[in-house]
Amino acid sequence: MSERLTRFFASRLGIVLVGAVIGILGPLLQFLGNPKNMGICVACFERDIAGALGLHRAAVVQYIRPEIIGFVLGSLVAALVFREFKARAGSAPIVRFVLGVFAMFGALVFLGCPWRANFRLAGGDLNAIPGLLGLAAGIAIGVYFLRNGYSLGRSTKTYPIVGYIFPALMVGLLLLAVFQPVFAEGGPIFQSESGPGSQFAPLAISLSIGLLIGFLAQRTRFCTMGAIRDVILIRDTHLVSGLGALLVAAFVTNLALGQFNPGYAAQPIAHSNLLWNILGMLLAGLAYALAGGCPGRQLFLAGEGDSDSAVFVLGMITGAAFAHNFGLAARPDALVDGVLTVGGISPAGMVAVVLGLAVCLVIGFGMREKLA
Amino acid sequence: MTIKIDARGLSCPQPVVLTRQAMEKKQPPIEVLVDTVTARENVARMSRHFGWRVAIETLDDEFKLTLTK
Repeated sequence: MSERLTRFFASRLGIVLVGAVIGILGPLLQFLGNPKNMGICVACFERDIAGALGLHRAAVVQYIRPEIIGFVLGSLVAALVFREFKARAGSAPIVRFVLGVFAMFGALVFLGCPWRANFRLAGGDLNAIPGLLGLAAGIAIGVYFLRNGYSLGRSTKTYPIVGYIFPALMVGLLLLAVFQPVFAEGGPIFQSESGPGSQFAPLAISLSIGLLIGFLAQRTRFCTMGAIRDVILIRDTHLVSGLGALLVAAFVTNLALGQFNPGYAAQPIAHSNLLWNILGMLLAGLAYALAGGCPGRQLFLAGEGDSDSAVFVLGMITGAAFAHNFGLAARPDALVDGVLTVGGISPAGMVAVVLGLAVCLVIGFGMREKLA
Repeated sequence: MTIKIDARGLSCPQPVVLTRQAMEKKQPPIEVLVDTVTARENVARMSRHFGWRVAIETLDDEFKLTLTK
């Protein structure tokens, strides 16, 4: 039975079904309270968690997102049930941390991870198209490095407890989300009173959907970066068929729920600055490719015992804190009394993207094994 | 002469890349050692995609894939 289920999840039908399920649940979460075109956004939600903990003080993006917790714990359950939990560590953790930091810089310049880029497009935000093109370009650069022997080095099997540390951190976050303790006057734990951080689906629903997606994604290895990478690298369309199903299902669900509003300007929590939409995602895509997974996949890997992926996630959360503290994150378009203010990024944000690209290139060129 | 690839501990897609490079350069058979189910699935899927036959052996918590053409 277990082997048959494993084969089903590994099949084309399996990945398409899971992609479609995620595509339906994302817009549904939006319908139930999550921010617009942000039913699920791994980068944004990790940023919200950083805010809730007080690692940054951007008052509008502070909330412990239960979806992230669910992703990790759902993956943990799947890995334990199917005997795939394997604690491993030691594959260039500090490099993964740095890649996580810059991946988050890129994501917050575009305003979303690859999941959200698809949800934005499915909601009619046409700025997602240059973002996705930038993502594909960044991944293509990563593929060049992979073809030329780029390697983060081997991880080794280690004590099970190492693999349980990150899921345990998620349980800790869940306790903070449920009991909402206040550690000092005014917080932490911080909770946005306006803006995206104040918009959320009921905790139990967010957590349940997160657990379900975590379980399904662990079984199918769903990965938005891998989807594009495998097409470029080996002409394999397995993962990308899941991503395509997500996009189509999200589009149909948005139509059904009245959440489809096509256009460029003043889209929700997005900016229409073409160049930086491309460059932000290019940096993020390159960092995901060098780190071996999109932000979602890194959470699922962390759930099945991969502590190096957990370090990447911690890098992203740290990156979110820096991005907001240092004003590197993009400002969304604003429409006030009929007057459109186009958002975009600060000079510091531009420098951060260029610096990130340079660091990724150094890592890509510098970590190459001599090929036999 | 069997080509042996030790892809244990390597993150995806490296096991796939190493196997593909061996396919392009050398003659079969190729033996690939991996230590995660994900790597096993990915290498097997890519091999079948390019018309190779795949035999999988489970060794403790690792897998040996033997690829023949």
